[in-house]
Amino acid sequence: MTQADTAAPSRTAAAVRLSGVSKAFGSGAGALLALDQVSLDVAPGEFVCLLGASGCGKSTLLNLVADLDKPSAGSVDIGNARVALMFQEPALFPWLNVTSNIELALKMRGVPRDERRARAAELLESVHLGGFAKKRPHQLSGGMRQRVALARALALTVDDSGGQRGTVLLMDEPFGALDAMTRDLLHDEIERIWRERELTVLFVTHNVREAVRLGDRVVLLSSRPGRVIEEFPVTMDRPRRIDAPDVSALAATITDRLREEVGRHGA
Amino acid sequence: MALDVGKKDQPEIDPALREQLAGLDALELGGATAKAGPARRVWSALWPIVTAVAISLLAWQAVVWSGWKETYVLPGPGDTLPEFWDQMTKGSFWEAVALTLRRAVVGFALSIVIGTVVGGLVSQSRILRRAFGSLITGLQTMPSIAWFPLSILLFKLSEGAILFVVVLGAAPSIANGLIAGVDYTPTILLRAGKVMGLRGVNLYRHLVLPASLPTFVAGLKQGWAFAWRSLMAGELLVVFGDTTSLGVLLSQARELADTPAVISYMIVILIVGIIIDQLFGFADRALRRRWGLERG
Repeated sequence: MTQADTAAPSRTAAAVRLSGVSKAFGSGAGALLALDQVSLDVAPGEFVCLLGASGCGKSTLLNLVADLDKPSAGSVDIGNARVALMFQEPALFPWLNVTSNIELALKMRGVPRDERRARAAELLESVHLGGFAKKRPHQLSGGMRQRVALARALALTVDDSGGQRGTVLLMDEPFGALDAMTRDLLHDEIERIWRERELTVLFVTHNVREAVRLGDRVVLLSSRPGRVIEEFPVTMDRPRRIDAPDVSALAATITDRLREEVGRHGA
Repeated sequence: MALDVGKKDQPEIDPALREQLAGLDALELGGATAKAGPARRVWSALWPIVTAVAISLLAWQAVVWSGWKETYVLPGPGDTLPEFWDQMTKGSFWEAVALTLRRAVVGFALSIVIGTVVGGLVSQSRILRRAFGSLITGLQTMPSIAWFPLSILLFKLSEGAILFVVVLGAAPSIANGLIAGVDYTPTILLRAGKVMGLRGVNLYRHLVLPASLPTFVAGLKQGWAFAWRSLMAGELLVVFGDTTSLGVLLSQARELADTPAVISYMIVILIVGIIIDQLFGFADRALRRRWGLERG
């Protein structure tokens, strides 16, 4: 462990700990095993990318960590971390303007009314959308909406001093629906916010380069059922460029491994 | 473990990134589209209506010219419109319109209350929605005039008999609007709400009710159409005392074989229906535009 100072006994060392997690949907012969014996530790402050083809149970896994669903076997331990979840769709409430969307999250988090406005403004400022507080979601572009969604997700996890320590941010292909240019800029954004707010990030994607661009570690999952098949530490200095040669080289290696796994299903 | 790699303290918020993001935002939002002037907008909304009216009048006149019926049975627009104008300037006519509108408002208001309460209760659970959903839809398709025999037996010839049928005509549509709205709350929003910790009352207040508003308004609009139809049927069938309503005027004119008057009253009924429908249409469009459900 590199963060020896914060690392108390090994139980609290991981921000997220999945031990032998299985998840089946349905029962009997028609049951679908989405996750099979997945074990994964994510250290506090770590940025882990989960990579896999369709049917690898990535979204199921995030739902389990977010406590939206219960595992069929095994355990999910997030200690006393707060969990925020972001989807591919921004899923903002269309009847609320941008700042009200965030204020509602703050309200549900129990932030007193008189603090909400300032907190929301601060969150919007941190995703560079300070000037758009009064806009409605549909008046923003896809990338901007996704940044509002990020601000809302962060709003759910602020602690009472406005900090973010102990937050696990789960991202389910958050940039999957965006164009390459916007995605590229948002990679820089999410990296900056991750560092500034000392977040622990579990980032699901099917884009190999994106995973290598962002992750401290890329975890490759198999499909139907989802199992961890290999982990790739990413040691390049940050900030990385998605088109840098060393990023591409590692991405190629991972892609080969992924193709091999996908091919297994065609045989 | 490689978790600290790259987490050196670097100067925060790269100004270039900030600039690039702002630039992309500006480009993606595009320029504001020029809005046409008010005169132009009124005209563009008006001319299709004016054209439609003109074509209808022409068709009517053409039928009269064809000699299909004697002109004392079916007079043309030229004979009817002066009669229409005549009616419009009479105080007794406006009293009749006022009575009819008062019944419409009371009946519709009651329908909203009952429809919302029933819809709210039924939408509470999936099982209730399944059980009562088809029953309510059945009520909606039932011709409201079929209720009148029962209504007259229950309430005699009275205001109550009319009100009863108006409510039975309108309330199912309103209830159904609410139920459909709750039913089709987008799953992705429900998922987002769950992540935010919206449950119970909060879930309804902050998510389900606002999300079902456009469908609810569509239900109100349809409910109004049914209420207005039921009311007209009621005023023709349930005549009592010396009350004068649009329906009473209409049936009196028929008894006197006064076709110009009959057509005049029908035009009024049509216009009232259209105006109120337009109001709901306006509310519906404004809501959808605000939410970005359709480009205005």
